Amino acid sequence: MQANQFHSLAYAFGFYFFGLLALASAIAFVTRKNTVAAAMWLVNVMFALAALYVMLDAQFIAAMQVLVYTGAIMVVFLFVIMLLNLGHPSELADARGKWGYLLALLVGLAMLAEVMALNRSRTIEKMIPPDLAARAAEAAATPMAGGIIGPVAAPLFKEYLLAFELTSVLLLAAIVGAVVLGKRRTDAR
Amino acid sequence: MNPAMIPEGAHPLAATVARLVWLLPLLPLLGFLINGTLAMLGVAKIGPADPSANGGHGHGEVPGHADEHAHDDHGHPPRHKFAKIVSLVGPGVLVAAFALAVAIFAAMRGVEMEHPYLLTLFSWMPVGDLKLDATILLDPLSMTMVMVVTGVGMLIHVFSVGYMQDDPGYPRYFAYLNLFVFFMLLLVLGGSYPLLFVGWEGVGLCSYLLIGFWFSEKANADAGKKAFIMNRIGDFGFLVAMLLMFANFGTLDILGVAEQAAELPMGGVIATTIALFLFLGCTGKSAQIPLYTWLPDAMAGPTPVSALIHAATMVTAGVYLVARASGIFSMAPVAQLTVALVGAATAFFAATIGLKQWDIKKVLAYSTVSQLGYMFVAVGVGAYVAGIFHLVTHAFFKALLFLGSGSVIYVLHAAYHKTHNHDDAQDMRNMGGLRQYMPITFSLMWIATLAIAGIPLFSGFFSKDEILTSVFARISHSTLADASLLGMPGGTVLMIVYGLAVASALMTAIYMARMMLYTFHGPNRTGEGERPHLKEAPWVMTGPLVVLGALTAFGGWLNVPALLGAIGPVGGLEHFLEPVVGEAALRTTLGVAPHLPHSTELMLVGAAIFIAVAGIAFAVWRLKPAALVPRKDAPESTGIDRVLENKYFVDEGYAAAFVNPTVNASRTVLWKGFDAGIIDGLFVNGSALLARAFGWMGSQLQTGQVGTYAWVLLIGVITLLGAFTFR
Amino acid sequence: MLVEALALSALLFTIGVVGVLTRRNAIIIFMCVELMLNAVNLSFVALSKLYGAAGQVFVVFTMAVAAAEAAVGLAIIIAIFRHQRTVNLQNINLLKG
Repeated sequence: MQANQFHSLAYAFGFYFFGLLALASAIAFVTRKNTVAAAMWLVNVMFALAALYVMLDAQFIAAMQVLVYTGAIMVVFLFVIMLLNLGHPSELADARGKWGYLLALLVGLAMLAEVMALNRSRTIEKMIPPDLAARAAEAAATPMAGGIIGPVAAPLFKEYLLAFELTSVLLLAAIVGAVVLGKRRTDAR
Repeated sequence: MNPAMIPEGAHPLAATVARLVWLLPLLPLLGFLINGTLAMLGVAKIGPADPSANGGHGHGEVPGHADEHAHDDHGHPPRHKFAKIVSLVGPGVLVAAFALAVAIFAAMRGVEMEHPYLLTLFSWMPVGDLKLDATILLDPLSMTMVMVVTGVGMLIHVFSVGYMQDDPGYPRYFAYLNLFVFFMLLLVLGGSYPLLFVGWEGVGLCSYLLIGFWFSEKANADAGKKAFIMNRIGDFGFLVAMLLMFANFGTLDILGVAEQAAELPMGGVIATTIALFLFLGCTGKSAQIPLYTWLPDAMAGPTPVSALIHAATMVTAGVYLVARASGIFSMAPVAQLTVALVGAATAFFAATIGLKQWDIKKVLAYSTVSQLGYMFVAVGVGAYVAGIFHLVTHAFFKALLFLGSGSVIYVLHAAYHKTHNHDDAQDMRNMGGLRQYMPITFSLMWIATLAIAGIPLFSGFFSKDEILTSVFARISHSTLADASLLGMPGGTVLMIVYGLAVASALMTAIYMARMMLYTFHGPNRTGEGERPHLKEAPWVMTGPLVVLGALTAFGGWLNVPALLGAIGPVGGLEHFLEPVVGEAALRTTLGVAPHLPHSTELMLVGAAIFIAVAGIAFAVWRLKPAALVPRKDAPESTGIDRVLENKYFVDEGYAAAFVNPTVNASRTVLWKGFDAGIIDGLFVNGSALLARAFGWMGSQLQTGQVGTYAWVLLIGVITLLGAFTFR
Repeated sequence: MLVEALALSALLFTIGVVGVLTRRNAIIIFMCVELMLNAVNLSFVALSKLYGAAGQVFVVFTMAVAAAEAAVGLAIIIAIFRHQRTVNLQNINLLKG
């Protein structure tokens, strides 16, 4: 009982820690003038989110987050930034003026308020299934088939197999598109 | 009698070849598809050319008209590259259809045809209270029509192979012709009025397409349009009649309507109105007063088309419709009297015009209008069998006459073609003395002429005589005699009808003899150069003529009157059609078969024979073919001749009374005022202005700045979320 | 922890939106979009605790789409840079017809 309580306390601490880290890094990310610094802060957000995924029992997704997002996508971003030599803040003001910031903040807050209102008032309670506790207990009692990845893999390769296969087509198309767009045209000019 | 209650499978015909009856219309449709595809695949580069292209415009309309298109190239134009396949497919499907029709006919003779055979193919229009199935109605009446359509149609298809195969539009021609047969079979086999109407409209479409087959001549295209528009006026009547049927009976099935019509009061308003509107439809399709003027102009089409559509089959659809709706007509004596009177007036009026026409096809066209009037007299007085009988015999001899004239035109045109002459190949003043060059055509056409004039033992004699006798028999003791039309007692009306019919019989004999005399007798007026080229048409054309000649000569045996019982079985067609029209016919004659004293009947027949012989004799006595001069030397005619030659100026009268006012009103009010002013000005340009204004406003949003777009997008998102939040 | 996770997701998303609205560097805007995608992923993962693993499957798909988007988007940015010598969106108005 004691250990359990400590466990939940440690869990809550961890959750809030990584949550606040993500939030702070995100704010830092949007306010940096330097593109490379902004990208590094975004990487930080993603790491924090990966930690949160682990705490939400989505270990596989956490691994993917680190591998795909932080490892691949963000590296490509940095690659492009450096390729285009955008490392320094440009002479032109990157951000809009004070009023632009204010307006954007207002719009963001309005949206946030709306989402929160939606979350609070009706939706969340309605979304929670009535037998949640029983289901959670049952899930804890029965060992997961296929370990951690099993519950993700089963729907991915059964129910959503077609979508999964189509994803490969999408990626292929993206690769072809990227090559075509990125290739320096030899005939023009 | 409740035929609608008989389940489909229980009919004795269901076990025979008759269950393949759906194949009948399908075969020509197949031919249409094949020929139509070939026509589209092999669109010829050259424009339409034709053996009788300069024909259809009549004479004098286009002075010095030269059919350049046919003579541009004085060699033979190359045949269409698919001509061989088309010559096989086009008549082939008709031969197959005719064979099937014969088989079904044989099956029908083997069973008791008390009830019609209904074959429901699929559910066509289930709309609310209206449940329409695509149903085929096979009974003796539709069987008779099917036999005529496929039989005569087959012969004319074969003839067309000879007549049309050098035309660049050959596959298109056969595609239209096959499509026509499809729609015609749909018309006669349709089990409900809407399905019949589909066929009715379809044959109208094909008629339009074929009249304007050589559409590069404006006159031909105009003739097609005229036929189409005149038919639409009639179709309006048909449509109203159908709506009235549905409103009053709640059904549009032919049998259901007949059943319910029998329960209406005799001479009631409903039956009379429906019957009169139906008859309006018939006047359009079957070229009766006042809508007859399109049929003579329809001669602009190829001659086999005139034979098939504008003589033998389509134009008789109105007669078929009246016989088909006999249940309604027999409940409305006033409408019947109208039909008979209009028919008789048309017969008389058209016959007078036929007396003075010079174009060989125009003579036949007016003769057709006149004979159709005869048929309407018959079905009008409730003698449905006589009407259908005349329809059948008329199909034989009029098809023969048209195809024979087609041969003449073909030969004459070919001769003109060789000598580079641009004369009118259809004007009888340019013919004469052809009997020595075309003996087969000559003798066959004389058979048809004797038949149409009513010389005994030829087919026309039997049918025409039956019509005249039927009219006479109903002058007393019938529902018609008891009714009155426009204050005139029915008996008087019938006497007028009889008088007009006899008078037009006399004129028929005269103008037919005149046509034969001018065409085949006397000296030849074609000119020295052409004479060596005159010869009989090829066998593919004369063959069908011979078959039709046999039918014309012996077709009368289909329905031998009791008076002449010695020569064959009496009343074959009468017994055959009895289950369909017998009840309605008896209703008109108050329940007893019409009977005339033997002596009266003999007198009537004698009078008819006398009239026919007298007419021909008069023509031979008075007309001098030798005195005729070729068209280009002919003087202008005067007096009554001029009036008749110009068809009483009815076309000009219609133009002054209806066409020109409509055109003028359309131009000033509808075009300049409404169309250009309100539609174009206010609606079209106005809405364009409005759209441009909105477009300008929208274009101001298009800055090209992605940031702006993001802002707009965000505002939209917030609005949406807000709508959810504050729901 | 569910409510907190969803709240964090909403906050991160809003930050991403504000970033898109305020920044003019195309690459930064792009990264803001990635941030928004991540915020949505967090919602998916959090809600998968309630509704089963299908939510995580969708995260996989989102990642695939994000990768494709990054590939094509960055290629476009390179092409634009090559043409205009800038990635500042204020100077790019090719969309104006």
